[in-house]
Amino acid sequence: MDIINYILLGILLICAISVSFSKNLLNSIIIYMAFSLIMSIIWTILESPDLAITEAAVGAGVTSLLFFVTLKRIRAVKGDEENE
Amino acid sequence: MSRLRPSHQNKREFRFKEWMDGSVDPYLGNLEMKPQQLTEETKEQFDERIQDYVRLNAELYDTEKNKGVRMFRILYRISSVIWIALLIGVMLLTVSHLPPNGDPDNPVNNEVSKRYIEQGLQETGAVNIVTGMILDYRAFDTFGESNVLFIATVTVLILLRKNQKMHNEKDMKEDQDDEKYEPQSDTILKTVAKVLVPVIFVFGLYVILNGHLGPGGGFSGGAIMGAGLILYCITFGFEKTERFFTEKTYKWISFTALSVYCLSKAYSFYTGANGLHSHIPLGTPGAILSSGLIFVLNICVGMVVTITMYTFYAMFRKGDF
Repeated sequence: MDIINYILLGILLICAISVSFSKNLLNSIIIYMAFSLIMSIIWTILESPDLAITEAAVGAGVTSLLFFVTLKRIRAVKGDEENE
Repeated sequence: MSRLRPSHQNKREFRFKEWMDGSVDPYLGNLEMKPQQLTEETKEQFDERIQDYVRLNAELYDTEKNKGVRMFRILYRISSVIWIALLIGVMLLTVSHLPPNGDPDNPVNNEVSKRYIEQGLQETGAVNIVTGMILDYRAFDTFGESNVLFIATVTVLILLRKNQKMHNEKDMKEDQDDEKYEPQSDTILKTVAKVLVPVIFVFGLYVILNGHLGPGGGFSGGAIMGAGLILYCITFGFEKTERFFTEKTYKWISFTALSVYCLSKAYSFYTGANGLHSHIPLGTPGAILSSGLIFVLNICVGMVVTITMYTFYAMFRKGDF
């Protein structure tokens, strides 16, 4: 069990560092979603399923969606320009 | 002028009285304000000013000639290092004074948590101790949190709501083109959403209604249902959601849920503070209709969170419901 914990914490660290170093904002949001999902797995291992459900729904679901919509609003998604 | 006046008006007392009354301005004619005139700069003056500016900038930061600047820079670096070392020291000192992890004598393990764990089931009727704490012992906090969510939505409404009058035609057309893409013509998304949305909704309802029995509760269930609603909106467009969710729906659901929460909790606070017998039955722990008010409060919080999540999305996306 300890090994799984260490692997998950390592992935968390990698995610947290790569969010700030990635140049594409869209990639940052997707990495942030991955961070939230791994965090919710860690909450489950720490025996707090209440928090795990909330983290998965709010962190990985709604917050990232709002980020996506904001990126579209401020026209920061590159795919849009190519379509036009 | 004063020579033409009668003699008593020339006396000092009379002038003083006039000055006190404010009928005569003694400075009038002697001292007058002139309106400031715009200074016009000739070409030479302008060039001189720019040259001065450039020279000043060049010489001020020339560290070889200006010793004060050099001293300041060195001192700045040294003092910043000292300050950071000091702050790190204070932080480490504070951390070293923290109680060790997992010690039974820690201040966390006091009579409060003991009572929550030992008598929580008996007093609140909720099998899930966390929900019992959130919605019974600390219901006032949760009420504040629901109101914070409501206030956040109101702020988003103020900031992002589209003003139809102020909108010019170009922006309007752009937005319409953008909204046209909202019912996505993506086969994978549509097929997945058809299967997933009902499942998400049922799971969210399960989490809300089982908040006092298992993990979950109003907030997490509401977030799940809100995410499901957003998925539905992305796939099938605003036209479909407008059938059951408009501004009126938002207004009435948030108003009803928050006031039901407030009134029911006011009743239990009133009876609890005055030592009266509460008429709300706690039921048998483990049954779905049990734990008194917690069941109702979970539904209220869940409804508020669901509509808040969807309203956030609608405001960010479209600026309207």
